[in-house]
Amino acid sequence: MGEFIDLVLLAMLALTALRIIFLKDLFAVVMLFGIYSFLSALIFVNLDAVDVAFTEASVGAGISTVLMLGTLALTGRKEKENTHSSILPLLVVCITGAALIYGTLDMPPFGHPDNPVHEHVAPRYIEQSPKEIGLPNMVTSVLASYRGFDTLGETVVVFAAAIGVLALLGIRRKEDEEAPESGLKSHHVLHVVAKIIIPLTILFALYVQFHGDFGPGGGFQAGVIAAAAFILYTLVFGLSKAMAVVGPKFLKLMASFGVLLYASVGLYSMYKGGQFLDYNKLAVDPVAGQHYGIIIIELGVGITVFAAMLSIFYAFSSQAERSNIQ
Amino acid sequence: MFILDIVSSVLLIAGVFFGLSGAIGLFKLPDFFTRVHAASVTDSIAAILIIFGLLLQTPFDLNTAKLLFILTFLMITSPTSSHALAKSARHGGLLTLSEEKEKQQEQTH
Repeated sequence: MGEFIDLVLLAMLALTALRIIFLKDLFAVVMLFGIYSFLSALIFVNLDAVDVAFTEASVGAGISTVLMLGTLALTGRKEKENTHSSILPLLVVCITGAALIYGTLDMPPFGHPDNPVHEHVAPRYIEQSPKEIGLPNMVTSVLASYRGFDTLGETVVVFAAAIGVLALLGIRRKEDEEAPESGLKSHHVLHVVAKIIIPLTILFALYVQFHGDFGPGGGFQAGVIAAAAFILYTLVFGLSKAMAVVGPKFLKLMASFGVLLYASVGLYSMYKGGQFLDYNKLAVDPVAGQHYGIIIIELGVGITVFAAMLSIFYAFSSQAERSNIQ
Repeated sequence: MFILDIVSSVLLIAGVFFGLSGAIGLFKLPDFFTRVHAASVTDSIAAILIIFGLLLQTPFDLNTAKLLFILTFLMITSPTSSHALAKSARHGGLLTLSEEKEKQQEQTH
């Protein structure tokens, strides 16, 4: 049954991808990208990888759809006519595809317990992490402790993306209230419902943030969900009001603070005589030290992701408002 | 428990029926507003029926509470999203089928 569901989902994934290639309307393409992400999230759920599925649903389907729509608001929704000949690209794609399919012939059988992926470090994590770290959610143990340095790198990547967007676009703060009357301004139903939904969303983000040790979740998902709450606020109540709540300067500080918080945990463990990001040294009891370390670095990840996503959205939507006025 | 199973399967099947009819409507109906109507059937009644069907399958524990939360959330958000879609279409100047017809008749006369 599980394999049947996998097959159906994979077929829908392939259909969505084909549709994305042939559609010229970029707005529909962005929507299809969201569907694509949801389908892959479903596949991950079917593979029992709920943490990955959660990330895919919140980051892939949620925030990146919003950010791509923000880009479309700046660039326009029609794809440019392609004047180049498509024979050479087709050839390259066919050869690459054939090579990839040829490569899969050597892959170990799907789901076999003797596969290399199940024999290398995974057994050690599964056997030792309850003793060494003691968190019920092993994914968080691996992500935040065993692979803490990788996760630091990922956080820095998110931070760097925010810096890149801000360097290219910049956030323009309007002094005067001459924003164009958007259809949502006089929208009472949306106002009321948004006021109910936004606090609940932020509460859920905090739950995901601090419950990540025990269930699926963690800093990445929590940051994105909290950013989504503020993006909803911006969409319904307008950019200038949202900037009055969380200003762009504050966001820049928050983004760098999160990365610094993460890295300083590493430095502190070096100061205590361990290696970089060696949480065992953070407290007298190594297991308690691991718990402290994981909670703090997850908080750093959450803060950086939240601030980076929201400032990227601010950058897009302030540019879009400006081009509307002109 | 037997009765509960029957009731829950009836609810689930009804939910699936409404979900399917919403999907068919989304393809078959002629213009934007009727399609929003079809999609909102899937959003509202199908989701409610399916969640009630699942509720009866739980042994009334934490999962029941979670399903109830999801139900509340869906009942708030999905009518709102359909409403916002339709309203922004009006705002963008989209006419319903009958209005479109009237306009054409006025132009021809």
